[in-house]
Amino acid sequence: MAADPGRVRTYRPMTDIDAPEAAPTRVGDEGLDARLVVDRGAFRLDVSLTAAPGDVVALLGPNGAGKTTALRALAGLVALTDGHLRLDGAPLEDTPPESRPVGVVFQDYLLFPHLTALDNVAFGPRCQGVPRAEARTQAAAWLERMGLADHAHAKPRRLSGGQAQRVAVARALATRPRLLLLDEPLAALDARTRLEVRAQLRRHLAEFEAVAVLVTHDPLDAMVLADRLVVIEHGQVVQQGTPADIARHPRTDYIAQLVGLNLYRGRADGHAVRLDAGPSLTTTEELSGPVFVAFPPSAVTLFRDRPTGASARNLWRCEVEGMETHGDQIRADLTGELALAADLTTVAAAELDLHPGAAVWATVKATQTHAYPA
Amino acid sequence: MTSPLGPDAATGPRTGRPRRRRVGTGGRRGVPLPLLLPGLVALAFLLLPLLALIVRAPWRTLPDQLSSTQVWQALQLSLVSATAATAVSLVLGVPLAWLLARTEFPGRGFVRALVTLPLVLPPVVGGVALLLALGRNGVIGRWLDAWFGITLPFTTTGVVIAEAFVAMPFLVISVEGTLRAADPRYEEAATTLGASRFTAFRRVTLPLIAPGIAAGAVLAWARALGEFGATITFAGNFPGRTQTMPLAVYLALQDDPDAAISLSLVLLAVSIAVLAGLRDRWMTGA
Repeated sequence: MAADPGRVRTYRPMTDIDAPEAAPTRVGDEGLDARLVVDRGAFRLDVSLTAAPGDVVALLGPNGAGKTTALRALAGLVALTDGHLRLDGAPLEDTPPESRPVGVVFQDYLLFPHLTALDNVAFGPRCQGVPRAEARTQAAAWLERMGLADHAHAKPRRLSGGQAQRVAVARALATRPRLLLLDEPLAALDARTRLEVRAQLRRHLAEFEAVAVLVTHDPLDAMVLADRLVVIEHGQVVQQGTPADIARHPRTDYIAQLVGLNLYRGRADGHAVRLDAGPSLTTTEELSGPVFVAFPPSAVTLFRDRPTGASARNLWRCEVEGMETHGDQIRADLTGELALAADLTTVAAAELDLHPGAAVWATVKATQTHAYPA
Repeated sequence: MTSPLGPDAATGPRTGRPRRRRVGTGGRRGVPLPLLLPGLVALAFLLLPLLALIVRAPWRTLPDQLSSTQVWQALQLSLVSATAATAVSLVLGVPLAWLLARTEFPGRGFVRALVTLPLVLPPVVGGVALLLALGRNGVIGRWLDAWFGITLPFTTTGVVIAEAFVAMPFLVISVEGTLRAADPRYEEAATTLGASRFTAFRRVTLPLIAPGIAAGAVLAWARALGEFGATITFAGNFPGRTQTMPLAVYLALQDDPDAAISLSLVLLAVSIAVLAGLRDRWMTGA
């Protein structure tokens, strides 16, 4: 990364990002208002989070960014070094986890293996002092709602991954939390189950009237499930906004990579942007000062010989570093004058005789680039 | 495992078939002699004395030997006091194991080492130490005697105390190990559901570590049943009151070896019964 400051590797196809714009969060007595500071020697988490009731916020970030620490701090399982935590106006910093109106769905669910699904869900109400019979009735209703009435008396080891996930959600909701936390709620599922469970979870979250915060490293999960993304890197919030906003205007390599864009930092002077990585790039936007320039790998055209013809703008001499297939597309990683990712069809790749080490000319049309102030 | 010769060649003659290998059958192939011989010697060493006990047992007079009230008194006392010592170990030892496994406090490693000390301490030394602490003139025993009129040495309670002193570390170490292996996040999950730490322990941790506790209790019980040194030092050797089976065996050996053998047979039978009873539950895979 240090060698290529403006370089962004793109691995993921563009996600469907045209989600409706979420209303700006209202900060008041209702909902969540937190600044979480956790100091762990070399690592420091400092994240501010606000959310209104009904909001679903996704903490998105690479491994080790501090997402899970933030979640544990919200649950009270990790003490705050500094900052504050208010839920519906009540300060919670000094409240022990068992007294917080917070429900947690853990990554591997942590269903109590010695209890049936029903008793797992009844556990929370029982701890809140609800009599056993009443707690079981409530639990049965939750399982019914999750479509698990038939599995009420099954032990967790006899549940499938998707069923266990729903029991975990029911168990967390049964305490009627004002803040629901989900740690990588879909990570433990296989790809097929994941699709189905994601849709169900989205429905349940939409029905949930209080604040939900979920942690994930999967942008698709985040974009499908959440109204608002908070991207965390190295313990800091690097960007937040609606999924659409973040996908259109990524501000870090990590985010650009997530949404599948080539991203460069540079300095604009009119239509020309002098990239930090070296060459210049022409854009349709007219800007001045520090900017980001982004374009999808599909906007890149490759030639084996220098294309004859007028425009020498946005034309760079590159070398193929690596190639991988994405469906019927080939994603080529290029180095050279400008490091970038290019998508082309397998047919085109064969005609160009592309292989690692091959020299190519890469070009991108100005109309397909997108520049915005940094 | 792909090999140019195909899967059969890879797993075939050289490494043996996936058949269970047993010493003494065709599976001996591949067992090095320097391991096989000492292993067999060890097995013989462990089993021969028990075999001798059975061979030399006075089978004809056995019913008479065992019908004496002293034998039954000793056996009863042994079983009752070992069970009581195990109960004491459970009630006090499980919380101690939890403290050692789940809390942070200065000097925890040192405390842990102290707990294991009775494991390696000669039991006689333990008995002497108990006398100095709880004896009539002991550091604590003096006050127990003066204030409550309680005397512990040379009583059945003293037997239980001596046995618990020796046996509890086995339980603590076993339960602590199980606790460390158990995922503490289950307790966290319980906490986020509104359970206090104690409720989480009682309703989640305890059921999860039950097999470990049971194994530890069996170890402790077996250790208490065979306890000799600390018992005879702290509780003496009074038939019917403090004379447990091991003491009775030792005493009988002095003047009636046949009686000693008979008593030993009874203890052996009890031990085998316990092992057999537990084999399928907790000892498989061990």
